[in-house]
Amino acid sequence: MVQRTKKLARGVAVIGAGMCHFGAFKEKDSRDLFVEAFRATLGEVQKGIDPREIEAIYVGNLSGDCFEGQAHMAPLMAEWVGLNPRPATRTEDACASSGVALREGIIAIASGIYDIVLVSGVEVMNKLTTAKVTDTLAAAADAIYEVPVGATFPSLYAQIATAHMAKYGTTEEQFMKIGIKNHANGALNPKAHFNVSIRDIMSSRIAKAKERGGPIPSWADEMEFLKDPSANPIVAWPMKLFDCSPITDGAACAILVAEEIARNFTDTPIYIIGTGQASDAQALHGRKDMTSLKAAQLAAEQAYGMAGVTPEDIQLAEVHDCFTIAEVLATEDLGFFKPGVGPKAAQEGRTARDGDKPINTSGGLKAKGHPVGATGVGQVVEIWEQMTGHAAQRQVPGGNLALTHNVGASGSTVTVHIFERR
Amino acid sequence: MEEREFTAASFYRLLDRKKLMGSRCKQCGAIMVPPRPLCGQCIGDEMEWVQLSGQGKLVSYSVVRVGTTYYEAKGYSRDNPYCWGVVQLDEGPRISALLLGADLSRPDSIKIGQPVEAVFPDKGTEEGERNPVTFRFA
Repeated sequence: MVQRTKKLARGVAVIGAGMCHFGAFKEKDSRDLFVEAFRATLGEVQKGIDPREIEAIYVGNLSGDCFEGQAHMAPLMAEWVGLNPRPATRTEDACASSGVALREGIIAIASGIYDIVLVSGVEVMNKLTTAKVTDTLAAAADAIYEVPVGATFPSLYAQIATAHMAKYGTTEEQFMKIGIKNHANGALNPKAHFNVSIRDIMSSRIAKAKERGGPIPSWADEMEFLKDPSANPIVAWPMKLFDCSPITDGAACAILVAEEIARNFTDTPIYIIGTGQASDAQALHGRKDMTSLKAAQLAAEQAYGMAGVTPEDIQLAEVHDCFTIAEVLATEDLGFFKPGVGPKAAQEGRTARDGDKPINTSGGLKAKGHPVGATGVGQVVEIWEQMTGHAAQRQVPGGNLALTHNVGASGSTVTVHIFERR
Repeated sequence: MEEREFTAASFYRLLDRKKLMGSRCKQCGAIMVPPRPLCGQCIGDEMEWVQLSGQGKLVSYSVVRVGTTYYEAKGYSRDNPYCWGVVQLDEGPRISALLLGADLSRPDSIKIGQPVEAVFPDKGTEEGERNPVTFRFA
């Protein structure tokens, strides 16, 4: 099958993106977080926008149904931000739900049917116990052939990890390095769920032990802390607590407009020059290769082809590190590093803020948090802040081309988007 | 057996009878495990049942200490983990399986590529309960 490189029928730009504080909020529901994210987004539009100009809204949400007993999230979110009676559509592709919302918004504008669209995502997960959250997320795997053998999301990514370790000699320490790097970035992100480095988590545990007068842990550094099973227990070997993204509540929004009107709203629109999406077998056993995500490679190929750029051109990326192994796969599937080289590149600091390919400057899903349905648009918020030059302490130089990579479940949906500053 | 539909219900009923079954495309010969009515390779719609040998090798695995509520209710926990993995069957297709017979206190002692074989533990007591596909280290 010959794939023609696809083009958007007209250009699309982001004129503002914003998120609520990500975290665990016992007293807040989806609508509350959504309003916060919406207000933050309006505040980002440099020349201002009358929200009534927005013509349609797309809301990514994995399972308000199970997490909050609330289905039919899109018209409800539209109502709470005053956008009824505009068409409101929920997209659900597991943890890629709002990556898909973003893409649907882009396609809608490119088609000519709308000029101004709100794309968004929301998820409130902390109303349930951890056990029930585990079950709810597991429903995004193959419920008939994976869940009955005991599949959970940490254990699905652990499968990929053991396969990667066997094929390339990847180590548990290399996974730990990625967690340390993403927490270091999250420590600089005031809206992150874990706005703290692993070093600081370690120090505060030592301080608490001293206060209590109990035995004082003898961790010399973060690596020793992470290698101590009492501090970093196994969830699904080889994935440990600090390899897993947290259970997060959050919402994120972005306003997309047709390219020709973008400068009416801001002097610094960020253009979306590539979009890709692919699907794959829901169950890991339905795929030929366990050490890469085919859907990510295909979505990336589409996005690079549309944008006319190569992986080397990308200056920073927000990738889907729901588990540390997932960041490894992302950096390899996106072509930043050759297969098997991702762990070494991370270990050498190439993906740190001062590396040649900064990855997850926001803290990633690991530290910024992973409110599943909000993650895809949440990634756009970081790209927006970096490319418009107001990422404060997280700011990295050279943000002319950036990329987001959002994965649903264990890779059965992937979206990739490429952003350009002109 | 030829009359059974290529459904999950059929697959699990046959598994209870100690048969690991897939479907084979009459058009291109590809074997689908789990069975399905349309060929995943050529979209051919004429399939026939095929029994698998139950022999295979390990592709990936994980030792799970925080399981689903279903597994927790069965007594698995942080201190009593379980192991599942992806198995490549000798016939080619792959399937996810609960894995028995490994030393779970030493997860790195489990080796990818190790031979495994299907086992058929006695059926669960719950009415309509689907017993998981189960393999053990051969």
